[in-house]
Amino acid sequence: MSIILDHVNYIYGADTALSVHALQDVNLVIPDGQFIGLIGHTGSGKSTLVQHLNGLIKPTSGNIYFNGEDIHASDYDKKKLRSKVGLVFQYPEHQLFEIDVFSDVCFGPKNLGLSKQETELRAYAALKQVGLEDEYFYQSPFDLSGGQKRRVAIAGVLAMKPDVLVLDEPTAGLDPKGRDEILDQIVKLKEETGITVILVSHSMEDVAKYVERILVMNQGSVLYDDVPKEVFKHYKQLEEVGLAAPQVTYIMQALRESGMPVGVDATTIEEAKREILKAVGRK
Amino acid sequence: MIRDITLGQYYQTDSVIHKLDPRVKLVATICFIISLFVVKSWVGYVAAAVFLAFMIRLSNVPFKYMVKGMRAIVFILLLTVVFNLFLTPGEPLVSVWKLTITREGLQLAVMMAVRLSFLIVGSSVMTLTTTPNSLTDGMEKLMKPLGLFKVPVHEVAMMMSIALRFIPILLEETDKIMKAQIARGADFESGNLIKKAKAMVPLLVPLFISAFRRANDLAMAMEARCYRGGENRTKMKPLKYAGRDRVAYGVLLAYFALCIVIRIYL
Repeated sequence: MSIILDHVNYIYGADTALSVHALQDVNLVIPDGQFIGLIGHTGSGKSTLVQHLNGLIKPTSGNIYFNGEDIHASDYDKKKLRSKVGLVFQYPEHQLFEIDVFSDVCFGPKNLGLSKQETELRAYAALKQVGLEDEYFYQSPFDLSGGQKRRVAIAGVLAMKPDVLVLDEPTAGLDPKGRDEILDQIVKLKEETGITVILVSHSMEDVAKYVERILVMNQGSVLYDDVPKEVFKHYKQLEEVGLAAPQVTYIMQALRESGMPVGVDATTIEEAKREILKAVGRK
Repeated sequence: MIRDITLGQYYQTDSVIHKLDPRVKLVATICFIISLFVVKSWVGYVAAAVFLAFMIRLSNVPFKYMVKGMRAIVFILLLTVVFNLFLTPGEPLVSVWKLTITREGLQLAVMMAVRLSFLIVGSSVMTLTTTPNSLTDGMEKLMKPLGLFKVPVHEVAMMMSIALRFIPILLEETDKIMKAQIARGADFESGNLIKKAKAMVPLLVPLFISAFRRANDLAMAMEARCYRGGENRTKMKPLKYAGRDRVAYGVLLAYFALCIVIRIYL
């Protein structure tokens, strides 16, 4: 059970003067149950890449396999694939259309041809998973706040019970409180269900805390693919491609340079605290 | 998907036609369209074809790209040809069942097809080589005399430029919403007409909401910058005729005169 990308290339506007090579020879294996952060500067090909995962975009060359099957084979059931690989777009609240929250979340499971009862059960469970209170269920989605709308939209994808959940910049445009809420919900969901989660972001800070593997994209190709600690060791190169390591990394580097015997591979504030206390205690 | 529609979208490249004043291109396009209805003989169409080919060559826009945009109107073209072919009374040539092709019908059908495709290619040369903004600038300047008759020229031009500016944005938005709904299992392709129409709801509702939101934002941004219409408003790049524009008018005049001569003598 995994997604495999084999030499995937994608070119926008292939035969015009304005063609853009959006993905260049991307090779990836995404095993089950991983929590992955996909990071890159604007225009690095992150969004193009995730749209390949559920077959919305067909690669110009190369193949994509889901559970060992080529998703662009002529007899492959794309609809089923899309229920297995749930994709939450950027600003997903812009896709809401129903008269109330609950029916909007029902849209996904209904399209899968499930019974009314099963559809409603799933919608209810999904809304609970994103932590939306019952009182909002029968309100118009357009009357909710930005953060609530976004949670409804995420629930709309969760209700399809995907094995892989891909979130494209789920925190874009939210205030710090809304951002933390959404990220915490995603982490909780990941812990409870054990599904594969791919979190797309341009902020290391968001991602570093949670994920076990980071993919760094630059100009259409994968630059780094490793555990966070290893990726952040390249903080100088990350800056060159318009990204930055978490602030903690910089502090630890600076402390090290000023002579404090701390390890430099801390990625979260907790780890940094432990390192510093250790160094201070040693004196 | 939807973004593949290229009919008349600005094609960025460097050419004499691109550099012409938009007013020249507007007048030329109108003259070209009129000329298509002035000429009636084959010689006239050859003249129009030569003129058009010359313009396309000068514009540096690949002919393939232009033809690709024509695909959208093939259906209308076909319909015109079929109706003219079978429904024109006259001397019968071929007769199958109840359908008769007449000599006059054949002539008219071919003429109509040529006229229509020239008309569309001709006007797409203008839109392919002129940015929407300079096009509306040119239009505003050309229509200025109408202001004397209380026609709100500036407002009309502003509305047009806003509408044109929103086309690519809304296309992109449509594409995005469509994909988002497909990711939630929506199906826009299969089923009968009623089912297809129903499937459009999840696309159209978000699209309208987004269009209204954008319109609202734009109106606020304009007000915040004290926009108050066209009175005494100056331009950052005022339109001025250059030498090449005069040459272009000369060429246009010669072509138009030729068309009239052909109409009278041939």
